[in-house]
Amino acid sequence: MAEPFVHVDNIAKRWNGQLGVENINLSIPRGSFVALLGPSGCGKSTTLRLLSGLELPDEGRIVIDGLDITTSAPAERNLSMVFQSYALFPHLSVAENVVFGLKVRKVGAADRREKLTRALEITGLLGYEQRKPGELSGGQRQRVALARAIVANQPLCLMDEPLSNLDAKLRASVRKDIKKLQVDLGITVVYVTHDQTEAMSMADMVVLMKDGLIQQTGSPEELYYKPANTFVAEFVGAPPMALIKSEGVPGFERATTIGLRAEAVKVVESGKGRLTCKVSECEFLGSETFIGLSHPAANGLTVSMPGLKHIPAGEDLEISFADEDLHFFDDMGKRLAG
Amino acid sequence: MAEHVNIERRRQAIYGWILLSPAAILLTTFAFYPSLATLWSSLFSRETRRRPSEFVGGENYTDLFADPTFWKVVVNNLIYAGATIPISIAIALSMALWANSKIPARGFVRTAYFTPTVLPMIAAANLWLFFYTPGLGVLDQIGSLFGLPSINWLGQPETALWAVIIVTIWKEAGFFMIFYLAALQTIPEDLKEAADIEGASRWTYTRRIVLPLLMPTTLFIMVNALINSVKLIDHLFILTKGGPNDASKLILYYIWEMAFAFFDAPHAAAMTILVLVVLGVVAGVKFTILDKRTHYQ
Repeated sequence: MAEPFVHVDNIAKRWNGQLGVENINLSIPRGSFVALLGPSGCGKSTTLRLLSGLELPDEGRIVIDGLDITTSAPAERNLSMVFQSYALFPHLSVAENVVFGLKVRKVGAADRREKLTRALEITGLLGYEQRKPGELSGGQRQRVALARAIVANQPLCLMDEPLSNLDAKLRASVRKDIKKLQVDLGITVVYVTHDQTEAMSMADMVVLMKDGLIQQTGSPEELYYKPANTFVAEFVGAPPMALIKSEGVPGFERATTIGLRAEAVKVVESGKGRLTCKVSECEFLGSETFIGLSHPAANGLTVSMPGLKHIPAGEDLEISFADEDLHFFDDMGKRLAG
Repeated sequence: MAEHVNIERRRQAIYGWILLSPAAILLTTFAFYPSLATLWSSLFSRETRRRPSEFVGGENYTDLFADPTFWKVVVNNLIYAGATIPISIAIALSMALWANSKIPARGFVRTAYFTPTVLPMIAAANLWLFFYTPGLGVLDQIGSLFGLPSINWLGQPETALWAVIIVTIWKEAGFFMIFYLAALQTIPEDLKEAADIEGASRWTYTRRIVLPLLMPTTLFIMVNALINSVKLIDHLFILTKGGPNDASKLILYYIWEMAFAFFDAPHAAAMTILVLVVLGVVAGVKFTILDKRTHYQ
């Protein structure tokens, strides 16, 4: 691979000695879609703000497009940003909001109009030019924020949970729009989210963080099929991976914890199973039913059964699984090879 | 059926009038009735021992328009308003912008700016009397250090009005700053960040984003400052008593003088009506033209 477009080298940010983020290393290729994923307070937004220049790191180096911009002002970094709250200027019309940055950079009026039209066309906002943000719906406001981010044609776009203020249905459609936009414009996007569905469905590369540290960086498949540690295993996937103490399954004493995905679990006739569990709950999702199982050695054990199933809680169920579907973690929670 | 609707409608109307009545009674007693009574008495001549009061129509008004002191006072008040309103707003805004930024001892700065507001106007005037007094006053003492001659700020017609104006600005700016501070704190932090990403300078951000968002506050303050420029005359009693030679006399002071020093109630009433008309016109402009151009959140 060629020189990465964004290179983050071992940056750290602390507030009054308290941990913000630490040891952040990222190599982001040009034109890729990177999701910073993690629970709230994990440092993903801080990482984004360090990239944007709204915060400056205490340690480390940030290089964008071959230029060291570690301490540069946000405007010198050739990037745009979509805020969680959209940060639209409430007294300016849609058109004025979108061209605000162009005006600041003294782009000519004709050029400005052309870029505005294009940005509004892409985001489907033509006809709304003169509306104020207060007169728009949440989804429209979100698109104004997107239009403002793409109008300047910056190669890098940072997005801070841009969908978290939308309802679930809209979220799914805007997710597709954003992904399409990123591919069509060929821009590099760094996208912060706490929603793993967003991260897994949109990103080429997912960076999963916890407590200010990167837990795993990789493609969505890698995170799903090869979680680097028990945290990743439990965070990624719906339902998340079940973790079983190795005492519970004889023959795997080298590992402390064994991971098992719901789709690898099969319900078998009594007497043929490897674990006998009790049913704790049934969650009907339409095409399938997740049946939550409890076992003294296991945590989060679930089996997926097609269609509607109703098994009374407390009933015994025997399950089986193939050895090759198991994931092994050591006593520190790290993945063991093989 | 229709009867029920009627009863219901009447019930709603009575309910509405009951809700309205406290405000209506208070306003009628203390605002509408006095205004009308003033208008009424401004149309009568002054009652003396020899001549009883009689209806004279607009004569009191023509008298006023022919009175050079009245015009002097009107001009004084225009200068007073024209200086105190923009200057105190400008100072209030810059103090607020400063006291809202990340500076050390922010609480102290805010308190210091606000202190003049807490003082009663009479106390403030006494304080400034001490500043302005020729010879003994602080201003003269400082001036004499640099060999400047003693100036009687309040005692000469050229400087008296301006000396009064400065006291008013000093008194009002801190008060207005509080409104600006409150308004500034409602502007979300991320607007600044969005402007930073776009490369807007601090000045551009202030001019294009902050000032327009502060517009409703500015309007509110402007109306208040205008009312104060007519209403606030306590300090005149301490500082100049309108003198010398009417140089610092303001309209309300003149009304007071007319009514209680010269015992000429009809002329005082006529002047009051003129002030009410002017303020009414200003309020009309505020509610129709300016409000349409202002962004309210």
